[in-house]
Amino acid sequence: IVRWQSVSVWSVAGRVEMTVSKFMAIQQALQPDWFQCLSDGEVSCKEAASIKRVRKSVDRSLLFLDNCLRLQEESEVLQKSVIIGVIEGGDVMEERLRSARETAKRPVGGFLLDGFQGNPTTLETRLCLLSSVTAELPEDKPRLISGIGRPDEVLKCIERGVDLFESFFPYQVTERGGALTFSFDYQLNPEEILLQQNGTQEEIKCVDQIKKMEITGCNQEITSFEINLKEKMYQEDFNPLVRGCSCYCCKNHTRAYVHHLLVTNELLAGVLLMMHNFEHYFGFFHSVREALKHDKLAQLKELIHRQAS
Amino acid sequence: MAHVVPTVKMAGVATQASLESAPRIMRLVAECSRSRARAGELRLPHGTVATPVFMPVGTQATMKGITTEQLDALGCRICLGNTYHLGLRPGPELIQKANGLHGFMNWPHNLLTDSGGFQMVSLVSLSEVTEEGVRFRSPYDGSETLLSPEKSVQIQNALGSDIIMQLDDVVSSTVTGPRVEEAMYRSIRWLDRCIAAHQRPDKQNLFAIIQGGLDADLRATCLEEMTKRDVPGFAIGGLSGGESKSQFWRMVALSTSRLPKDKPRYLMGVGYATDLVVCVALGCDMFDCVFPTRTARFGSALVPTGNLQLRKKVFEKDFGPINPECTCPTCQKHSRAFLHALLHSDNTAALHHLTVHNIAYQLQLMSAVRTSIVEKRFPDFVRDFMGTMYGDPTLCPTWATDALASVGITLG
Repeated sequence: IVRWQSVSVWSVAGRVEMTVSKFMAIQQALQPDWFQCLSDGEVSCKEAASIKRVRKSVDRSLLFLDNCLRLQEESEVLQKSVIIGVIEGGDVMEERLRSARETAKRPVGGFLLDGFQGNPTTLETRLCLLSSVTAELPEDKPRLISGIGRPDEVLKCIERGVDLFESFFPYQVTERGGALTFSFDYQLNPEEILLQQNGTQEEIKCVDQIKKMEITGCNQEITSFEINLKEKMYQEDFNPLVRGCSCYCCKNHTRAYVHHLLVTNELLAGVLLMMHNFEHYFGFFHSVREALKHDKLAQLKELIHRQAS
Repeated sequence: MAHVVPTVKMAGVATQASLESAPRIMRLVAECSRSRARAGELRLPHGTVATPVFMPVGTQATMKGITTEQLDALGCRICLGNTYHLGLRPGPELIQKANGLHGFMNWPHNLLTDSGGFQMVSLVSLSEVTEEGVRFRSPYDGSETLLSPEKSVQIQNALGSDIIMQLDDVVSSTVTGPRVEEAMYRSIRWLDRCIAAHQRPDKQNLFAIIQGGLDADLRATCLEEMTKRDVPGFAIGGLSGGESKSQFWRMVALSTSRLPKDKPRYLMGVGYATDLVVCVALGCDMFDCVFPTRTARFGSALVPTGNLQLRKKVFEKDFGPINPECTCPTCQKHSRAFLHALLHSDNTAALHHLTVHNIAYQLQLMSAVRTSIVEKRFPDFVRDFMGTMYGDPTLCPTWATDALASVGITLG
């Protein structure tokens, strides 16, 4: 619930009406390096928002931003902290552009593009919106996006001017017993990549999508960027999760062991998988930066898209 | 019904040879001149273990959320795995393919596997005991498995643990009557069957388990018979259940008085700090218990004065570590307030931190006990320990006071 003076959030302690002053008081206590400004992002939670509602979300967010900036000026503790302005506007191009232009006028340290998260199809339809938004933003300030995690989607956003990604993707993979295995080594030729992954990508394509979901029993779809260690085929697989990976799990343990931990519901499964999934995912971002440096993004993109189901 | 008391002669000729060559794995380093406490070294295939020692329990080839690297960093050199659980999942064949339990879980130090006997008590509704063995119904798929002495040893041979336990006929310590006697005699027969079935006496040390419940005569008989078998070590079993502490300590004391001095004494299922200290005084060398790791998962941190229930509001703004004297990573890096907050969040992080700390607590306690024995001040250590734990040594529970007095240690 968002009003002109507050945004309601639900916490462990119940409903909290987050006014600008309450919000800024929390920031003063936390003393973050950066913080995302309070905004009206309710539009992205609703199915079909009216233009009027979308317009309100932009207006409110700007009002919140101006109030937060004012309070920041008055706060000694927050002088070193940087406010990230939030760009709203739902799926309405005009409002998105307005939000971008207006937010860019304020002395923010960067921009968060809200409301682009969803499922793969929704991102596709919003890509045009995304390009238009980033085009309005200054080159020298970072652009953040939340809720985008799949490697192919990440690349699409990077191509359209996004710099930072915040998502649960590696965590979600871990939670469903998955290990990220997709290749991001665009220097290797395709045959080598397949060998590296022990042909698991091929195996995945043969498994029925519905059957996969039944195994994990979770809502999130398994992606083709990962293997599901709960599957019986890993019971006697004494290879590391990904050959060549230098994470703690791959250096010390096998797929068979992680499979056993998952089957027996042991806490260590999540610990090991999380270590691997972070390392693998960070490795992907490293390769993105390298590819950009050496103008090889197209190769990386091709490699990633070949692995997308 | 006449009980078959097996004599050593009843074991096969081949086993005579293996019995005679049972390795002497214990080296005594120091003995308390007052009590029965000893400090020693166990020489095991995967390295030396200083005793007295507390062995954390990693039932299913994992120490409940912490990595083998973390466990090693805490100084742990021996921990437990469970034959019953591992025998079902993932099974001995797979573990053998993975280079034994050591290879499967990547643990470079020592492992001790329980035989599956305790599950007879803990899973009593799913088990049936006969002379042949224990028949379990699997809780996972309803299938039946027969765990015989031979099968238990066979599985443990495949697991490759450094110390393996005989399959014993375990009854709950609250059971009385003829069943206790039956179980005691059967455990002796099963010990002989385990010895006969053991394929790797040179690599794995088979321990006997003294039974007899809370009956001094039965215990004494069991001790007399089992000590005739030249096994590398003895465990005191059938205790640490629902029995009174008064009965408990007397059975422990009786057992240690009749067990050979030059072999390790493993008191199974004992893990509360006070119990550990008292039982070291009574002459025990090795201990295992799920308590420290289990209580961690309930948000309880072990400290010299007892435990801290970190979920409680009183810790909300307590920015000190669990124990400023503790050297574990949790106490080095995190505050009670932080752990309190974590315990009220929706992830398991706090449990890992507390598991690390509680294991560290147990290991540090045993290390301190050992040092005091070596430095010939164990009785003073006991007095200090009780003073810290109970506010005054004289406020120590009666059973502990009695037990300590029986071996020459007076409190206050």
